[in-house]
Amino acid sequence: MSEVNHTPFLEVKDLRIIYKTDLETVYAVNGISFKLEKGQTLGLVGETGAGKTTTALSLLRLLPERTGKVVDGTITIEGQDLATMDDEALRQMRGGQIAMIFQDPMTSLNPVMTVADQIGESIMIHNPEFNKEQILGRVKEVLNLVGIAENRASDYPHQFSGGMKQRVVIAMALACNPHLIIADEPTTALDVTIQAQVISMMRNLRDTLGTAMIMITHDLGIVAQTCDNVAIMYAGELIEVGTAEDIFCAEKHHPYTVGLFGSIPNLNVKVDRLSPIPGLMPDPTNLPEGCPFAPRCNKCMPICEKQKPGVYQDGEHQIRCHLFTGAAKGGQ
Amino acid sequence: MKKNRRQSRAIVRLKEIWRRFCKNRIALAGFIVFMCIMMVVVFADVIVPYEMTEKPSPQDRLTPPCAEHPFGTDEFGRSVFARIIHAAPNSLFIGFTVSFGSLLVGGTLGIACGYFGGRFDNLIMRFLDMISALPGSLLAIVMVAVLGPNMRNLIIALIVGHIASFARMCRSVALSISEQEYVKAAKAGGSSDLRIIFRHAVPNAASTLIINTTMSISGVILSACSLSFIGLGVQPPKPEWGAMLNDARQYFNGSPYLMVIPGLAILITSISINMMGDGLRDALDPKLKS
Repeated sequence: MSEVNHTPFLEVKDLRIIYKTDLETVYAVNGISFKLEKGQTLGLVGETGAGKTTTALSLLRLLPERTGKVVDGTITIEGQDLATMDDEALRQMRGGQIAMIFQDPMTSLNPVMTVADQIGESIMIHNPEFNKEQILGRVKEVLNLVGIAENRASDYPHQFSGGMKQRVVIAMALACNPHLIIADEPTTALDVTIQAQVISMMRNLRDTLGTAMIMITHDLGIVAQTCDNVAIMYAGELIEVGTAEDIFCAEKHHPYTVGLFGSIPNLNVKVDRLSPIPGLMPDPTNLPEGCPFAPRCNKCMPICEKQKPGVYQDGEHQIRCHLFTGAAKGGQ
Repeated sequence: MKKNRRQSRAIVRLKEIWRRFCKNRIALAGFIVFMCIMMVVVFADVIVPYEMTEKPSPQDRLTPPCAEHPFGTDEFGRSVFARIIHAAPNSLFIGFTVSFGSLLVGGTLGIACGYFGGRFDNLIMRFLDMISALPGSLLAIVMVAVLGPNMRNLIIALIVGHIASFARMCRSVALSISEQEYVKAAKAGGSSDLRIIFRHAVPNAASTLIINTTMSISGVILSACSLSFIGLGVQPPKPEWGAMLNDARQYFNGSPYLMVIPGLAILITSISINMMGDGLRDALDPKLKS
């Protein structure tokens, strides 16, 4: 029994995902591993195109069927291997155990269904024994939870503002009390004042319901506000993983992380220009042989272009960079 | 009691749709005209007995409209008024069955192709390409000639001819809908494919489907007419608008009313159906709800 207790809620091991078309193969996710315990929040940070959304979709097996492929690695949810689940188990898992909040609330609601019907849909699927009144009751409950008046349940999505729509999307995700919510840039499409509202609401919900969460974002401010653990993703790899404290306070960092922090405006220091990271992410169809960040790195060494860096580990803090691993020291 | 409440909810929704439909004056006008035509269809025998359409009276041939013959008489002296009225059920029946029949068959195929894609999609669509490679009227002529000329076979032939265009339309609609985020969101919520098709794809496609179906009704009436002309559709002496129109061609100089009246019948019917379809689409679309 004790072994069961030690199984983390979600474990991703050496996950590799490609998108294969006739013309090219895109290496979207290249061997990432992470664990998530119940009630914890993991922040998945990275530039656009780093493979964050791909990772999230693979957790629900929602990758585009014709092109997306998991080529290697395992995803285990509550001890169950995702790859071996049949369609029925998969449907039970989607929305029931794991729910997803999509990026754009404007498009993730069906324009011709009332809000109550849309929230009720997954309740109906996961609780076939519920009658109409019970479903409507639960719908009103989750609407209250996200701060929308009950009497708006029979309205259509276009009658809501952007922030309200995102609340509805969050309500849909919460409807069946999932153990894990994957929030894929839940605030990117919202303006800043609404962002703050939505984030604090999500934090409250997480604390009251004890749900685990994966927060996908490129906003380090949101990470600082919400996450226990942070994984920084670059070109399909996790280049730095650690607790929020490790990422925000520790001494040693991956040069990319340093660059990310350098791109945030600091209110205490007057600077004329921010220092962005020069260059673009490598072409995912043609990744460099060594460290994927080497072409943009200001601390790039000869070895970085030839060899993949190993992992430097300090407690839970992991950095994939030659600067901190023995190999580099030997080479210097 | 629970059933009652559900019924009343449906009634409320219908009333709401009706209210929005009535706000559109043009659609309402189309609806009223169409209802008049339907009244004529239902009470055709009360207005004028069917025998009148077949009774030739050579002494009265090609009489212009007068008190006795409101729409005049044709080359055999038959009352055009009676023939127009008794042709209405035939023409409308063909128009509706063919349009909805091909929507049903073509729509099912098209939505399945667009949603599931892959090999199934390829197979069905290539087969439909084959059908649409043949000219529609030729296909219908061959089919009616093989099956035998009567109204049932005419309807089958026209449906086969229309399936491809309906399937292609539904496929493109289904394709664009299945790319939408809300479909992904529904999947992430645990919905099965069938549920997504019926609860998400079909309602979102409805406005396109309704407008295209109603628009095609008038086209179908016309193609049925052209087949009737070459003797492969409704068999004479049974009256049919298209056949009447074509029969009248040679008398156009002396008796233009022979062509104008069936032409007007077709025109009024198709315009009223189109206006009604347009209004129906707007009334069913919650985005335009005020």
